[in-house]
Amino acid sequence: MPSATTPAVPSHSQRAGAWCGALVAEGVTRKYGGRAVVNDVSLQLSAGDCLALFGPNGAGKTTLLRMLGGLLRPTRGRVTLHGRELPGEAETRRLLGVISHKSMLYDALTVRENVLFAAECQGLRNAAAATDAVLEKLLVRDRANTTVRLLSRGLQQRVSIARALVHGPSLVLLDEPYTGLDETGARALTDALRALKANGATVVLITHNLSEGLALATETAIMRNGQFVHRMTRPDSEYDVTQYATLYRELVAGGE
Amino acid sequence: MSELAFREPSFLVDAIRIARKDLLIEFRTRSGFLSAAVFALLSLAIFRFSWDPTAVTSVDLAPGVLWVIFTFAGLLGLNRSFNVEQVDRAMDALLASPVSREAVFAGKALGNLVFVVAVQLLALPTLALFFGLRVGPEWWGVLAVAVLAAVGFVAVGTLFAAVASNTRLAEMLLPMLALPFFVPVLIPAAQATSSLLAGRPLSEVLPELKILGAFDIVFVAACTLAFPFTLEE
Repeated sequence: MPSATTPAVPSHSQRAGAWCGALVAEGVTRKYGGRAVVNDVSLQLSAGDCLALFGPNGAGKTTLLRMLGGLLRPTRGRVTLHGRELPGEAETRRLLGVISHKSMLYDALTVRENVLFAAECQGLRNAAAATDAVLEKLLVRDRANTTVRLLSRGLQQRVSIARALVHGPSLVLLDEPYTGLDETGARALTDALRALKANGATVVLITHNLSEGLALATETAIMRNGQFVHRMTRPDSEYDVTQYATLYRELVAGGE
Repeated sequence: MSELAFREPSFLVDAIRIARKDLLIEFRTRSGFLSAAVFALLSLAIFRFSWDPTAVTSVDLAPGVLWVIFTFAGLLGLNRSFNVEQVDRAMDALLASPVSREAVFAGKALGNLVFVVAVQLLALPTLALFFGLRVGPEWWGVLAVAVLAAVGFVAVGTLFAAVASNTRLAEMLLPMLALPFFVPVLIPAAQATSSLLAGRPLSEVLPELKILGAFDIVFVAACTLAFPFTLEE
Protein backbone atom coordinates (compact mmCIF):
# COMPACT_ATOMS: atom_id res chain seq x y z
CA MET A 1 0.00 0.00 0.00
CA PRO A 2 1.27 3.48 -0.67
CA SER A 3 2.17 5.36 2.48
CA ALA A 4 0.71 8.75 3.32
CA THR A 5 3.94 10.42 2.37
CA THR A 6 5.14 9.95 -1.19
CA PRO A 7 7.79 7.25 -1.22
CA ALA A 8 10.82 7.44 -3.43
CA VAL A 9 10.54 5.51 -6.67
CA PRO A 10 12.35 2.22 -6.15
CA SER A 11 15.51 1.44 -8.01
CA HIS A 12 15.65 -1.73 -10.06
CA SER A 13 17.47 -3.54 -7.27
CA GLN A 14 14.81 -2.47 -4.77
CA ARG A 15 11.91 -3.78 -6.81
CA ALA A 16 12.00 -7.47 -6.11
CA GLY A 17 9.32 -7.95 -3.51
CA ALA A 18 10.16 -4.85 -1.54
CA TRP A 19 7.10 -2.86 -2.57
CA CYS A 20 3.45 -3.45 -1.84
CA GLY A 21 0.59 -1.61 -3.52
CA ALA A 22 2.78 -0.95 -6.54
CA LEU A 23 -0.15 0.02 -8.73
CA VAL A 24 -3.23 1.66 -7.24
CA ALA A 25 -6.29 2.88 -9.12
CA GLU A 26 -8.88 4.77 -7.10
CA GLY A 27 -12.37 5.33 -8.50
CA VAL A 28 -11.08 5.68 -12.02
CA THR A 29 -13.67 6.90 -14.52
CA ARG A 30 -13.27 7.89 -18.15
CA LYS A 31 -16.08 9.52 -20.06
CA TYR A 32 -16.38 10.22 -23.76
CA GLY A 33 -19.18 12.65 -24.62
CA GLY A 34 -20.96 12.02 -21.34
CA ARG A 35 -20.79 8.24 -21.66
CA ALA A 36 -18.62 6.47 -19.08
CA VAL A 37 -16.42 3.95 -20.92
CA VAL A 38 -14.76 3.08 -17.61
CA ASN A 39 -16.86 3.73 -14.54
CA ASP A 40 -15.50 3.98 -11.00
CA VAL A 41 -12.94 1.20 -11.16
CA SER A 42 -10.56 0.65 -8.25
CA LEU A 43 -7.75 -1.84 -7.88
CA GLN A 44 -4.55 -2.42 -5.94
CA LEU A 45 -1.75 -4.61 -7.17
CA SER A 46 1.47 -5.42 -5.38
CA ALA A 47 4.89 -6.34 -6.68
CA GLY A 48 4.76 -9.76 -8.34
CA ASP A 49 0.98 -9.64 -8.88
CA CYS A 50 -0.52 -10.41 -12.25
CA LEU A 51 -4.05 -9.26 -12.99
CA ALA A 52 -5.69 -10.98 -15.95
CA LEU A 53 -8.45 -8.76 -17.29
CA PHE A 54 -11.18 -10.42 -19.31
CA GLY A 55 -14.26 -9.02 -20.97
CA PRO A 56 -16.08 -8.66 -24.27
CA ASN A 57 -15.16 -6.09 -26.89
CA GLY A 58 -16.14 -2.60 -25.82
CA ALA A 59 -16.08 -3.44 -22.11
CA GLY A 60 -13.53 -0.68 -21.42
CA LYS A 61 -10.48 -2.88 -20.87
CA THR A 62 -8.13 -0.99 -23.22
CA THR A 63 -9.29 2.39 -21.91
CA LEU A 64 -8.62 1.21 -18.35
CA LEU A 65 -5.19 -0.11 -19.34
CA ARG A 66 -4.29 3.19 -21.01
CA MET A 67 -5.23 5.03 -17.83
CA LEU A 68 -3.18 2.59 -15.73
CA GLY A 69 -0.20 3.43 -17.95
CA GLY A 70 -0.73 7.18 -17.76
CA LEU A 71 -1.44 7.34 -21.49
CA LEU A 72 -4.95 8.59 -20.86
CA ARG A 73 -6.01 10.94 -18.09
CA PRO A 74 -9.03 9.75 -16.08
CA THR A 75 -12.07 12.00 -16.07
CA ARG A 76 -12.33 11.16 -12.37
CA GLY A 77 -10.17 9.24 -9.94
CA ARG A 78 -6.41 8.69 -9.94
CA VAL A 79 -3.80 6.11 -10.75
CA THR A 80 -0.57 5.89 -8.79
CA LEU A 81 2.51 3.79 -9.28
CA HIS A 82 4.58 3.42 -6.14
CA GLY A 83 2.65 6.36 -4.71
CA ARG A 84 3.33 8.67 -7.66
CA GLU A 85 0.55 9.80 -9.95
CA LEU A 86 0.89 8.81 -13.60
CA PRO A 87 2.11 9.87 -16.15
CA GLY A 88 4.33 11.59 -13.57
CA GLU A 89 8.04 12.14 -13.61
CA ALA A 90 10.55 10.49 -15.92
CA GLU A 91 11.66 8.26 -13.06
CA THR A 92 8.12 6.90 -12.66
CA ARG A 93 7.55 6.38 -16.38
CA ARG A 94 10.80 4.42 -16.54
CA LEU A 95 9.07 1.70 -14.51
CA LEU A 96 6.48 1.17 -17.25
CA GLY A 97 6.39 -1.32 -20.10
CA VAL A 98 3.42 -1.19 -22.48
CA ILE A 99 2.53 -3.85 -25.03
CA SER A 100 -0.53 -3.58 -27.22
CA HIS A 101 -2.03 -5.42 -30.18
CA LYS A 102 -0.59 -2.50 -32.19
CA SER A 103 3.14 -3.06 -32.55
CA MET A 104 4.25 0.49 -31.51
CA LEU A 105 7.19 0.01 -33.88
CA TYR A 106 8.56 2.03 -36.79
CA ASP A 107 8.19 -0.22 -39.80
CA ALA A 108 10.97 1.47 -41.81
CA LEU A 109 13.54 0.73 -39.10
CA THR A 110 15.19 -2.61 -38.43
CA VAL A 111 14.36 -4.79 -35.44
CA ARG A 112 17.55 -3.72 -33.67
CA GLU A 113 17.09 -0.02 -34.44
CA ASN A 114 13.58 -0.12 -32.99
CA VAL A 115 14.57 -1.82 -29.75
CA LEU A 116 17.76 0.23 -29.41
CA PHE A 117 15.75 3.43 -29.87
CA ALA A 118 13.40 2.31 -27.09
CA ALA A 119 16.34 1.37 -24.84
CA GLU A 120 17.96 4.77 -25.40
CA CYS A 121 14.68 6.57 -24.74
CA GLN A 122 14.49 4.69 -21.44
CA GLY A 123 17.91 6.09 -20.62
CA LEU A 124 19.73 2.76 -20.46
CA ARG A 125 23.47 3.29 -20.22
CA ASN A 126 24.27 -0.06 -21.80
CA ALA A 127 21.48 0.18 -24.37
CA ALA A 128 23.21 -1.90 -27.07
CA ALA A 129 23.94 -4.81 -24.72
CA ALA A 130 20.43 -4.71 -23.25
CA THR A 131 18.99 -4.68 -26.78
CA ASP A 132 20.96 -7.76 -27.79
CA ALA A 133 20.01 -9.54 -24.56
CA VAL A 134 16.27 -8.94 -24.94
CA LEU A 135 16.30 -9.88 -28.65
CA GLU A 136 18.00 -13.12 -27.63
CA LYS A 137 15.39 -13.76 -24.94
CA LEU A 138 12.50 -13.18 -27.34
CA LEU A 139 14.17 -15.37 -29.98
CA VAL A 140 14.44 -12.64 -32.62
CA ARG A 141 18.16 -11.88 -32.53
CA ASP A 142 18.66 -13.64 -35.87
CA ARG A 143 16.29 -11.04 -37.39
CA ALA A 144 18.03 -8.07 -35.78
CA ASN A 145 18.93 -6.42 -39.08
CA THR A 146 15.62 -7.09 -40.82
CA THR A 147 13.32 -4.16 -41.48
CA VAL A 148 10.20 -4.50 -39.32
CA ARG A 149 7.95 -4.04 -42.37
CA LEU A 150 9.26 -7.34 -43.76
CA LEU A 151 8.41 -9.37 -40.65
CA SER A 152 5.30 -11.45 -40.13
CA ARG A 153 2.68 -10.20 -37.65
CA GLY A 154 3.85 -12.67 -35.03
CA LEU A 155 7.51 -11.68 -35.31
CA GLN A 156 6.55 -8.00 -35.16
CA GLN A 157 4.71 -8.74 -31.94
CA ARG A 158 7.79 -10.42 -30.48
CA VAL A 159 9.88 -7.37 -31.38
CA SER A 160 7.24 -5.16 -29.79
CA ILE A 161 7.50 -7.23 -26.61
CA ALA A 162 11.30 -6.90 -26.70
CA ARG A 163 10.88 -3.14 -27.08
CA ALA A 164 8.65 -2.97 -24.01
CA LEU A 165 10.77 -5.23 -21.80
CA VAL A 166 14.27 -4.02 -22.75
CA HIS A 167 14.57 -1.82 -19.64
CA GLY A 168 13.20 -4.39 -17.17
CA PRO A 169 10.00 -2.52 -16.26
CA SER A 170 8.34 -3.07 -12.87
CA LEU A 171 4.83 -2.49 -14.26
CA VAL A 172 4.00 -4.28 -17.49
CA LEU A 173 0.71 -3.51 -19.20
CA LEU A 174 -0.30 -5.90 -21.96
CA ASP A 175 -3.25 -5.49 -24.28
CA GLU A 176 -3.91 -8.76 -26.11
CA PRO A 177 -0.19 -9.47 -26.46
CA TYR A 178 -0.71 -13.03 -27.71
CA THR A 179 -2.46 -11.81 -30.88
CA GLY A 180 -0.59 -13.16 -33.89
CA LEU A 181 2.01 -15.10 -31.88
CA ASP A 182 2.83 -18.67 -32.83
CA GLU A 183 3.46 -21.29 -30.16
CA THR A 184 7.17 -20.45 -29.86
CA GLY A 185 6.45 -16.74 -29.58
CA ALA A 186 3.67 -17.30 -27.06
CA ARG A 187 5.95 -19.48 -24.94
CA ALA A 188 8.75 -16.89 -25.12
CA LEU A 189 6.31 -14.21 -23.98
CA THR A 190 4.93 -16.34 -21.14
CA ASP A 191 8.49 -17.15 -19.99
CA ALA A 192 9.46 -13.48 -20.11
CA LEU A 193 6.38 -12.49 -18.10
CA ARG A 194 6.99 -15.23 -15.52
CA ALA A 195 10.58 -14.03 -15.13
CA LEU A 196 9.39 -10.44 -14.69
CA LYS A 197 6.82 -11.50 -12.09
CA ALA A 198 9.44 -13.49 -10.23
CA ASN A 199 11.64 -10.40 -10.27
CA GLY A 200 8.88 -8.39 -8.58
CA ALA A 201 7.19 -6.81 -11.58
CA THR A 202 3.45 -6.11 -11.55
CA VAL A 203 1.62 -7.31 -14.64
CA VAL A 204 -1.78 -6.34 -16.02
CA LEU A 205 -2.81 -8.55 -18.91
CA ILE A 206 -5.82 -8.13 -21.20
CA THR A 207 -6.61 -11.23 -23.17
CA HIS A 208 -9.57 -13.01 -24.72
CA ASN A 209 -7.85 -16.34 -24.13
CA LEU A 210 -8.89 -17.50 -20.65
CA SER A 211 -6.30 -20.28 -20.34
CA GLU A 212 -3.40 -17.96 -21.24
CA GLY A 213 -4.61 -15.38 -18.75
CA LEU A 214 -5.27 -17.86 -15.98
CA ALA A 215 -1.86 -19.49 -16.47
CA LEU A 216 -0.16 -16.26 -15.42
CA ALA A 217 -2.71 -14.59 -13.18
CA THR A 218 -2.62 -14.20 -9.43
CA GLU A 219 -5.80 -12.21 -9.70
CA THR A 220 -8.54 -12.03 -12.33
CA ALA A 221 -11.24 -9.57 -13.20
CA ILE A 222 -14.10 -9.67 -15.66
CA MET A 223 -15.15 -6.35 -17.06
CA ARG A 224 -18.44 -5.38 -18.63
CA ASN A 225 -19.87 -1.97 -19.47
CA GLY A 226 -16.89 -0.19 -17.94
CA GLN A 227 -17.02 -1.93 -14.56
CA PHE A 228 -15.63 -5.00 -12.85
CA VAL A 229 -18.45 -7.53 -12.58
CA HIS A 230 -16.30 -10.24 -11.03
CA ARG A 231 -12.94 -10.32 -9.27
CA MET A 232 -11.07 -13.24 -7.85
CA THR A 233 -7.73 -13.64 -6.07
CA ARG A 234 -6.41 -17.16 -5.76
CA PRO A 235 -3.13 -19.00 -6.05
CA ASP A 236 -2.33 -20.16 -9.60
CA SER A 237 -3.01 -23.83 -8.85
CA GLU A 238 -6.66 -23.25 -7.85
CA TYR A 239 -7.82 -21.89 -11.19
CA ASP A 240 -10.02 -24.18 -13.18
CA VAL A 241 -10.27 -23.01 -16.76
CA THR A 242 -13.52 -24.83 -17.54
CA GLN A 243 -15.29 -23.52 -14.46
CA TYR A 244 -14.02 -20.04 -15.06
CA ALA A 245 -15.10 -20.16 -18.70
CA THR A 246 -18.63 -21.07 -17.62
CA LEU A 247 -18.68 -18.24 -15.10
CA TYR A 248 -17.34 -15.83 -17.74
CA ARG A 249 -20.01 -16.81 -20.26
CA GLU A 250 -22.76 -16.36 -17.66
CA LEU A 251 -21.53 -12.95 -16.59
CA VAL A 252 -20.81 -11.61 -20.04
CA ALA A 253 -23.85 -13.09 -21.76
CA GLY A 254 -26.03 -11.86 -18.89
CA GLY A 255 -25.24 -8.27 -19.71
CA GLU A 256 -25.67 -8.40 -23.47
CA MET B 1 17.48 -7.07 -14.95
CA SER B 2 18.79 -5.61 -11.68
CA GLU B 3 22.16 -4.86 -13.31
CA LEU B 4 20.62 -2.28 -15.64
CA ALA B 5 21.97 1.23 -15.17
CA PHE B 6 20.15 4.38 -16.22
CA ARG B 7 21.17 7.93 -16.98
CA GLU B 8 19.17 11.05 -16.25
CA PRO B 9 16.94 12.14 -19.17
CA SER B 10 18.48 14.97 -21.18
CA PHE B 11 16.20 17.28 -23.15
CA LEU B 12 18.77 17.89 -25.87
CA VAL B 13 19.96 14.29 -26.21
CA ASP B 14 16.38 13.00 -26.33
CA ALA B 15 15.34 15.63 -28.91
CA ILE B 16 18.32 14.86 -31.15
CA ARG B 17 17.62 11.12 -30.88
CA ILE B 18 14.00 11.61 -31.98
CA ALA B 19 15.04 13.91 -34.84
CA ARG B 20 17.70 11.42 -35.95
CA LYS B 21 15.14 8.60 -35.90
CA ASP B 22 12.65 10.64 -37.95
CA LEU B 23 15.32 11.59 -40.49
CA LEU B 24 16.49 7.98 -40.74
CA ILE B 25 12.91 6.90 -41.48
CA GLU B 26 12.62 9.69 -44.06
CA PHE B 27 15.95 8.71 -45.59
CA ARG B 28 14.81 5.08 -45.87
CA THR B 29 11.35 5.79 -47.29
CA ARG B 30 12.04 9.15 -49.01
CA SER B 31 8.28 9.51 -49.38
CA GLY B 32 8.02 12.93 -47.74
CA PHE B 33 11.06 14.49 -49.36
CA LEU B 34 10.31 13.09 -52.80
CA SER B 35 6.77 14.41 -52.81
CA ALA B 36 7.93 17.81 -51.52
CA ALA B 37 10.76 17.95 -54.08
CA VAL B 38 8.47 16.97 -56.95
CA PHE B 39 5.91 19.53 -55.81
CA ALA B 40 8.57 22.27 -55.57
CA LEU B 41 10.10 21.53 -58.97
CA LEU B 42 6.75 21.14 -60.69
CA SER B 43 5.42 24.37 -59.20
CA LEU B 44 8.57 26.25 -60.25
CA ALA B 45 8.19 24.89 -63.77
CA ILE B 46 4.52 25.92 -63.93
CA PHE B 47 5.28 29.41 -62.65
CA ARG B 48 8.16 29.67 -65.11
CA PHE B 49 6.08 28.78 -68.15
CA SER B 50 3.13 30.95 -67.13
CA TRP B 51 5.40 33.94 -66.47
CA ASP B 52 5.32 36.85 -68.89
CA PRO B 53 8.68 38.68 -68.53
CA THR B 54 7.27 41.76 -70.25
CA ALA B 55 4.54 42.15 -67.63
CA VAL B 56 6.51 41.53 -64.43
CA THR B 57 10.23 41.22 -63.76
CA SER B 58 11.70 38.04 -62.37
CA VAL B 59 12.94 39.86 -59.26
CA ASP B 60 9.38 41.00 -58.49
CA LEU B 61 7.80 37.59 -59.10
CA ALA B 62 10.40 35.23 -57.61
CA PRO B 63 9.97 36.02 -53.86
CA GLY B 64 6.24 35.27 -53.96
CA VAL B 65 6.78 32.08 -55.93
CA LEU B 66 9.50 31.00 -53.54
CA TRP B 67 7.43 31.42 -50.36
CA VAL B 68 4.32 29.81 -51.82
CA ILE B 69 6.46 26.79 -52.68
CA PHE B 70 8.26 26.71 -49.31
CA THR B 71 4.95 26.85 -47.49
CA PHE B 72 3.14 24.07 -49.31
CA ALA B 73 6.17 21.82 -49.77
CA GLY B 74 6.87 22.23 -46.05
CA LEU B 75 3.30 21.23 -45.22
CA LEU B 76 3.84 17.91 -46.98
CA GLY B 77 6.71 17.11 -44.62
CA LEU B 78 4.85 18.33 -41.55
CA ASN B 79 1.89 16.13 -42.38
CA ARG B 80 4.14 13.11 -42.47
CA SER B 81 6.02 13.77 -39.25
CA PHE B 82 3.28 12.44 -36.98
CA ASN B 83 1.97 9.84 -39.40
CA VAL B 84 4.97 7.63 -38.62
CA GLU B 85 4.01 7.76 -34.94
CA GLN B 86 0.32 7.04 -35.51
CA VAL B 87 0.38 4.05 -37.88
CA ASP B 88 1.28 1.51 -35.20
CA ARG B 89 0.81 3.81 -32.22
CA ALA B 90 4.55 4.23 -31.70
CA MET B 91 3.72 7.54 -30.03
CA ASP B 92 2.26 5.61 -27.07
CA ALA B 93 5.61 3.93 -26.47
CA LEU B 94 7.33 7.30 -26.66
CA LEU B 95 4.90 8.88 -24.21
CA ALA B 96 5.21 5.97 -21.78
CA SER B 97 9.01 6.42 -21.77
CA PRO B 98 10.92 8.89 -19.58
CA VAL B 99 11.36 11.25 -22.56
CA SER B 100 9.59 14.52 -21.76
CA ARG B 101 6.74 15.76 -23.94
CA GLU B 102 8.75 18.91 -24.61
CA ALA B 103 11.70 16.84 -25.87
CA VAL B 104 9.34 14.94 -28.18
CA PHE B 105 8.20 18.27 -29.61
CA ALA B 106 11.75 19.57 -29.97
CA GLY B 107 12.85 16.35 -31.69
CA LYS B 108 9.93 16.41 -34.09
CA ALA B 109 10.49 20.11 -34.84
CA LEU B 110 14.20 19.59 -35.37
CA GLY B 111 13.55 16.76 -37.84
CA ASN B 112 11.01 18.94 -39.64
CA LEU B 113 13.47 21.84 -39.75
CA VAL B 114 16.08 19.70 -41.49
CA PHE B 115 13.39 18.55 -43.93
CA VAL B 116 12.20 22.10 -44.72
CA VAL B 117 15.76 23.45 -45.09
CA ALA B 118 16.59 20.55 -47.44
CA VAL B 119 13.59 21.49 -49.60
CA GLN B 120 14.72 25.13 -49.52
CA LEU B 121 18.24 24.16 -50.60
CA LEU B 122 16.75 22.36 -53.58
CA ALA B 123 14.26 25.09 -54.49
CA LEU B 124 16.57 28.13 -54.23
CA PRO B 125 19.05 27.22 -57.02
CA THR B 126 16.19 25.92 -59.18
CA LEU B 127 14.41 29.24 -58.76
CA ALA B 128 17.57 31.12 -59.78
CA LEU B 129 17.94 28.88 -62.82
CA PHE B 130 14.30 29.03 -63.98
CA PHE B 131 13.91 32.79 -63.49
CA GLY B 132 17.37 33.78 -64.67
CA LEU B 133 18.23 35.47 -61.39
CA ARG B 134 21.72 36.79 -60.86
CA VAL B 135 23.57 34.62 -58.34
CA GLY B 136 25.67 36.71 -55.98
CA PRO B 137 26.51 37.15 -52.31
CA GLU B 138 22.95 38.38 -51.63
CA TRP B 139 21.86 34.74 -51.82
CA TRP B 140 23.53 34.08 -48.46
CA GLY B 141 21.13 36.67 -47.06
CA VAL B 142 18.19 34.95 -48.79
CA LEU B 143 19.29 31.62 -47.33
CA ALA B 144 19.56 33.18 -43.85
CA VAL B 145 16.03 34.62 -44.19
CA ALA B 146 14.75 31.24 -45.39
CA VAL B 147 16.28 29.38 -42.44
CA LEU B 148 15.13 32.00 -39.93
CA ALA B 149 11.58 31.83 -41.29
CA ALA B 150 11.74 28.04 -41.33
CA VAL B 151 12.25 27.97 -37.54
CA GLY B 152 8.95 29.75 -36.82
CA PHE B 153 7.20 27.88 -39.64
CA VAL B 154 8.30 24.51 -38.29
CA ALA B 155 7.45 25.34 -34.67
CA VAL B 156 3.85 26.25 -35.54
CA GLY B 157 3.57 23.51 -38.15
CA THR B 158 4.79 20.79 -35.80
CA LEU B 159 2.31 21.81 -33.12
CA PHE B 160 -0.64 21.77 -35.51
CA ALA B 161 0.56 18.56 -37.16
CA ALA B 162 0.33 16.94 -33.72
CA VAL B 163 -3.21 18.31 -33.25
CA ALA B 164 -4.29 17.20 -36.72
CA SER B 165 -2.71 13.75 -36.42
CA ASN B 166 -5.32 12.75 -33.84
CA THR B 167 -8.09 13.32 -36.37
CA ARG B 168 -9.20 11.44 -39.47
CA LEU B 169 -8.85 14.54 -41.62
CA ALA B 170 -5.22 15.27 -40.71
CA GLU B 171 -4.05 16.20 -44.21
CA MET B 172 -6.90 18.62 -44.75
CA LEU B 173 -6.95 20.01 -41.23
CA LEU B 174 -3.25 20.90 -40.96
CA PRO B 175 -3.24 23.64 -43.64
CA MET B 176 -6.51 25.05 -42.32
CA LEU B 177 -5.14 25.28 -38.78
CA ALA B 178 -1.57 26.28 -39.55
CA LEU B 179 -1.75 28.67 -42.52
CA PRO B 180 -3.18 31.65 -40.57
CA PHE B 181 -0.35 31.27 -38.04
CA PHE B 182 2.26 31.16 -40.81
CA VAL B 183 1.30 34.67 -41.97
CA PRO B 184 3.40 36.60 -39.39
CA VAL B 185 6.44 34.63 -40.55
CA LEU B 186 5.75 34.58 -44.27
CA ILE B 187 5.11 38.31 -44.75
CA PRO B 188 8.46 39.60 -43.37
CA ALA B 189 10.25 36.66 -45.00
CA ALA B 190 8.80 37.47 -48.45
CA GLN B 191 9.52 41.20 -47.98
CA ALA B 192 13.14 40.53 -46.95
CA THR B 193 13.63 38.10 -49.85
CA SER B 194 12.23 40.67 -52.29
CA SER B 195 14.59 43.38 -51.03
CA LEU B 196 17.64 41.09 -51.13
CA LEU B 197 16.91 39.81 -54.64
CA ALA B 198 16.51 43.44 -55.76
CA GLY B 199 20.12 43.96 -54.72
CA ARG B 200 19.50 45.91 -51.51
CA PRO B 201 22.08 45.43 -48.72
CA LEU B 202 21.43 43.16 -45.76
CA SER B 203 21.29 46.16 -43.43
CA GLU B 204 18.09 47.27 -45.18
CA VAL B 205 16.27 44.10 -44.25
CA LEU B 206 17.31 44.14 -40.59
CA PRO B 207 13.80 45.17 -39.41
CA GLU B 208 12.31 42.12 -41.15
CA LEU B 209 15.03 39.88 -39.71
CA LYS B 210 14.29 41.23 -36.22
CA ILE B 211 10.57 40.53 -36.69
CA LEU B 212 11.37 37.01 -37.87
CA GLY B 213 13.69 36.45 -34.88
CA ALA B 214 11.04 37.70 -32.47
CA PHE B 215 8.35 35.47 -33.97
CA ASP B 216 10.74 32.52 -33.86
CA ILE B 217 11.32 33.00 -30.14
CA VAL B 218 7.63 33.47 -29.38
CA PHE B 219 6.47 30.56 -31.55
CA VAL B 220 9.12 28.12 -30.33
CA ALA B 221 8.42 28.93 -26.68
CA ALA B 222 4.61 28.95 -27.02
CA CYS B 223 4.45 25.78 -29.13
CA THR B 224 6.80 23.88 -26.81
CA LEU B 225 4.60 24.76 -23.84
CA ALA B 226 1.36 23.98 -25.71
CA PHE B 227 2.50 20.67 -27.20
CA PRO B 228 1.83 18.42 -24.15
CA PHE B 229 -1.85 19.49 -24.24
CA THR B 230 -2.21 18.33 -27.85
CA LEU B 231 -1.48 14.79 -26.70
CA GLU B 232 -4.51 14.60 -24.44
CA GLU B 233 -7.34 12.53 -25.87
